[in-house]
Amino acid sequence: MTPLSRRELLRSAVLAGIALPALSACATPAGDGAVSPAPAAGATSAANPLGLAEDRPLEIWIFDGGFGDAYAKEIHEPMLKAKYPKLEIRHNATQEIAKTLQPRFAGGDPPEFVNNSGANAMDFGALVQDGQLTDLTPLYAAPSWDDPAVPVRDTIDSAAIELGSYDGTPYVLNYVNTVWGIWYSQKLFDAEGWQVPTTWEEFTALCETIKKSGRAAPFTYAGRHPYYIYEAILTLAAKVGGKDVLKNIDNLQDGAWTAEPVKQAATAFAELGAKYLLQGTAGLDHVQTQTAQNKGQVAMLPCGSWLENEQKDTTPADFGYAMFPLPDLTASDAMPYGTLHVQPGEEYVVPARSANPRAGLEYMRAMLSRQGAGDFMELVSTLTVVKDAGRGRTLKPGLASASRAREAAGDNTVWFLFRKWYAELHDEVAAASGQLMNGKLTVDEWAERAQRKADAIKDDSSVKKFTR
Amino acid sequence: MRHGRTRFVAGFLAVPVALYVIYVIAPYAQAFHIAFTDWRGVNADPRFVGTENFERLLADDVFWRAVGHNLLLLVLLPLLTIVIALFFAFLLNAGGTGGAGGVRGSRFYRVVFFFPQVLAVAVVAVLFQQVFRPDRSGMLNAPLIAMGLEPVGFLSDTDVALWSILGVLVWQAVGFYVVLFSAGIASIPRELFEAAAIDGASGPPMFFRVTLPLLWDTVQVGWIYLGILALDVFAIVWVMTAEQGGPDHSTTVMAAEIYRNAFEYFKFGYACAMGVVLFFFTIGFAALALRLSRRERIEF
Repeated sequence: MTPLSRRELLRSAVLAGIALPALSACATPAGDGAVSPAPAAGATSAANPLGLAEDRPLEIWIFDGGFGDAYAKEIHEPMLKAKYPKLEIRHNATQEIAKTLQPRFAGGDPPEFVNNSGANAMDFGALVQDGQLTDLTPLYAAPSWDDPAVPVRDTIDSAAIELGSYDGTPYVLNYVNTVWGIWYSQKLFDAEGWQVPTTWEEFTALCETIKKSGRAAPFTYAGRHPYYIYEAILTLAAKVGGKDVLKNIDNLQDGAWTAEPVKQAATAFAELGAKYLLQGTAGLDHVQTQTAQNKGQVAMLPCGSWLENEQKDTTPADFGYAMFPLPDLTASDAMPYGTLHVQPGEEYVVPARSANPRAGLEYMRAMLSRQGAGDFMELVSTLTVVKDAGRGRTLKPGLASASRAREAAGDNTVWFLFRKWYAELHDEVAAASGQLMNGKLTVDEWAERAQRKADAIKDDSSVKKFTR
Repeated sequence: MRHGRTRFVAGFLAVPVALYVIYVIAPYAQAFHIAFTDWRGVNADPRFVGTENFERLLADDVFWRAVGHNLLLLVLLPLLTIVIALFFAFLLNAGGTGGAGGVRGSRFYRVVFFFPQVLAVAVVAVLFQQVFRPDRSGMLNAPLIAMGLEPVGFLSDTDVALWSILGVLVWQAVGFYVVLFSAGIASIPRELFEAAAIDGASGPPMFFRVTLPLLWDTVQVGWIYLGILALDVFAIVWVMTAEQGGPDHSTTVMAAEIYRNAFEYFKFGYACAMGVVLFFFTIGFAALALRLSRRERIEF
């Protein structure tokens, strides 16, 4: 059971990002103007901080995709049921979210909780514009499931809240987390006595050692999909220059791409490309390079935390997937060692015009508990946005490694959104990055090309602009 | 009687003409209209922007590179395909000893040559992805690596990738034209070959003085088909290359840019402007080709 493949996921993310501005212009269902206002919060108490009404049912719709729907039935719903025995939970699963639920939204009778995900999801921009979604601020302000003294907001990745916000208001819960890093085989590293590098000098020295050993090629990336390498370049750039580096890039700021930290990071990776790549990297795709790593032909590659799951059919049993964060490039990097690129995804919403929206919020609170998130991690083998949820769990080695890295990063996380917002810029940066790694572009040329494209998009009145 | 015939003809033509107008002419007309708007594909009333899309197109390096690639293919694809196909067709039909009949096993070869034509384009693309792989699993690179040479980046080197595309296109097209030209050669009266043979012609003179002139009509048709194929090439590029037309736009073609702008960037107005340009290229090519290759028909 492969979760909808990463490519598909990325593509739908891109599509969603592009369709969003356009769709929001027209694709709103005709409201009849007589929709009853959402019921006010019921009586709140320490035990029921969100004021869930126990006498009304909670209808749940899960997208039956890569994660299936067992996690809802076996983990989160029982948690809620145990706390509110009188609450009636109606569980549903579908792969056709939009077809099934759009009419109910249009008719003013939506369910309480929707996992609006997959290729057939409803358009978030349109839902937000039509006032169909519940503001999640009360949820994030409510005490967390595990510790009443700590609000939910502080137990999850801030990126999750930011990415689920529209014009500053959080409407969408992104539950699943992805972290990026450099992946290796613990077994191979142990056998050869190789150490995880923490500085760039150590990193290149390790590459040199590996190269000389003749045991494997030091480094590779999915050459046919240069996103895999520009992701690493940008993460390193943010580490060197701070979170604003990526914010400026996302906001199409003048000179964002030609900024010094970006060039420094690109220079570092271009050197890697010139000296330490697996032969033929430029012509191989992600599966081919990852399989080469499984076969021990290459030691390290940059990837996201889906890697272990994606490769489970070709990975030797004792391979021991592990990852390390990008090493310190300079002694004065703006962000400390351990800084990670994290990107929350998999969207959940509480429809505003449902009969019992507070129950939907309470359900989310259960999902965001240590138990809810930890069990989910074990069941579907992925990280969640809940901090430290993996602690004390028996996870597969790669997932455990990613989980530890995420925990160690704390608030030192970075992310970028232009890939979702401006597919054209993504394509241009990917194309240029492939050539940078092949030595066909200098760092300055690479930065100028990206900047030129960013400027062109900025000047293109037909493209809707986003800011963060 | 005459009235009846008109009605008969009209009756037969009505449905195809209606289908043609609705599904071919009307979309063309619409594309011309959309090319002057900033339509993003979903909004109900696109804004009219005049010639803005065309002005942007003029400054779009990637699009002009795509045009350049199409033009290169337009020249080389028909030329290479026709030369190779003619050579094979000649061998299969008149290359045997004595001038008549094909080389030994020509029936077998005729079937083999036609194989690529039977394969779906996507299958061909995936097949050649493997053939061109830059590591030990690549059919072409494995021997190079075994000999200790650097593998060739057939699809990853920006200087080589377009030639790889051309190779695949020719490989796929040749079979059909071998069959087409074989049929053409078979319809040439045998006495002409015999007469030429009696006069002492064989091999190259026979081909250039007898076969080729008599086959000219067929070659001309083939040339126009291949020219249009070169202008329309899409699936091979889209499926086979990295970054769909890459690496770094080194193999992109007009159709790929149209698809990308319409269905990935949702810039339907801009994509339609590209479509309009492609339309004029195709029309221009067809007119030019017909004019240049006009020749007197030889009756036999």
